Amino acid sequence: MAKKQYSFYPGCSSEKNASASNYMTSVNAMCDVLDVQLNEIPDWNCCGASVGYAGGGELERLILSARNLAISEQENKGQDVVATCAACWLATRETKERLESDNQLMRDANQALAEIGLKYEAKQKVRHMVEVLIEDFGYDKLGEKVKKPLDGLKVAGYVGCQTNRPFGIDGESYENPMYLDKLVETMGAEPLEKYDKKVQCCGGALAFSEPEKSQAMIKDIIESAYDHGADIIATPCPVCQMNVEIYQDQINKTYGKKFNMPVVYYSTLMSVAYGKGHRESGLDGQIIPATKLEKFAAK
Amino acid sequence: MNDTSKPLDAIRKMSMSDGKTAMVERYRNHFLKEVTDNVEEGEWVNMCMQCGVCAGSCPLGNAWAHPPQEIFMMIRAGKRQEVLTSDSMWMCTSCYNCIVRCPRKLPITHIMHGLARYAERLGLAPKNQPTRKFAMMFWDNITKTGRANEVTLGIRLYFMHGFIKGIKTALKMLPVGLNMIKTKRMSPLGLVAHQGCKGKNDITKLLKKAREIEEARMKKH
Repeated sequence: MAKKQYSFYPGCSSEKNASASNYMTSVNAMCDVLDVQLNEIPDWNCCGASVGYAGGGELERLILSARNLAISEQENKGQDVVATCAACWLATRETKERLESDNQLMRDANQALAEIGLKYEAKQKVRHMVEVLIEDFGYDKLGEKVKKPLDGLKVAGYVGCQTNRPFGIDGESYENPMYLDKLVETMGAEPLEKYDKKVQCCGGALAFSEPEKSQAMIKDIIESAYDHGADIIATPCPVCQMNVEIYQDQINKTYGKKFNMPVVYYSTLMSVAYGKGHRESGLDGQIIPATKLEKFAAK
Repeated sequence: MNDTSKPLDAIRKMSMSDGKTAMVERYRNHFLKEVTDNVEEGEWVNMCMQCGVCAGSCPLGNAWAHPPQEIFMMIRAGKRQEVLTSDSMWMCTSCYNCIVRCPRKLPITHIMHGLARYAERLGLAPKNQPTRKFAMMFWDNITKTGRANEVTLGIRLYFMHGFIKGIKTALKMLPVGLNMIKTKRMSPLGLVAHQGCKGKNDITKLLKKAREIEEARMKKH
């Protein structure tokens, strides 16, 4: 199969020494196996994420993503824009759709972009990496690349919010999306059929500003994974990954629990199943080591 | 009936900008019109049919003094001061549950963000609301260099309620931070070596122009 190329928007958390740098590592390993080339949008900027609304008005927020999209159209011609971060995907796709459907907004955006010599025409699609996997490859093709099926690994597929709502993936239901479970199954692992917290919010950015309220929700997300026999939680979202993994000690103290549940990305599972090693799969980025998954990586 | 007439003097006294007083004068007794004209996606407010699905779907629903459908009704009832000074909108986690479930397809998440922004712009948002503070820090952080600096953002966050509380929070968060450093998902070097965008100046120019356009649009109403 010929190499597939995409215009890539990594986002702030995927940078070196940032909170989701381990996500980026595993995405690179996965893309290497799938012969996918990610062409980074030159000098991309932050999308404004979920809480940009307080300091930035409508056009200020949209213009941030419009700059990335305009540079992408100019530098990565004809390539769909792909994001790995849920919030990046959401903000960028929202910008595309809002500008495309509102002529006045598009004129305003281009008037601002003209200040720095850019122009946006909304020519390319904005997609999440899991859409690329599902739509451009499909589960069967993704399965063909598996070298080490993750036999017996029980995975709680934690989809969370923004890789599900408001846009949805592959036309699936918002209440019970199946794509993550299907990816898990494709890698030879066992998805939890009755993981009731799969689309529960973790608090998102409010884990910083309202830690008690967020950690109460995170506690339920982890507890349900344990209750249904999970070895590990997998997610497509960097904020979900961080929130569910890094506060487990604090939650244990508050609620008298003994949580020690590893939380990885779908791409971590895929890298390992595709035969990549510990470090290439980003497993060294785990604060709670994914011990059972490490065994497959060491095989 | 309408609450803008009685506390009008009070609002005027607290008024932090001419813009705010101008808004009160211009939309006297027409808060719904004010929201329709000035709040992102505000033109949808009138479409709410008060079913309450949004309130039941919100993960932090119990933390809202007024859930979204109540906010919508308060806007229609002209409760300007109560709505704009409320901390309710600031409880939004951006989970988008309300959007996908609303039978009338109101973009509720965006309206809540829009109301929060409008309240902030008028200086009416509750000053010490933690998410408001964090969100303002975040905007400042990302617009300075074009990219988020997680290290400086984290430190400012810990100290947002003052120095003494900050030390306590920092100590509580220390193990989490050290874990992040150990796994190379954070670096203290971020304090000094964060690069950001090469086109920092472009971003400043772009945002300045966008704000100009937006202000002009608001004045037109």
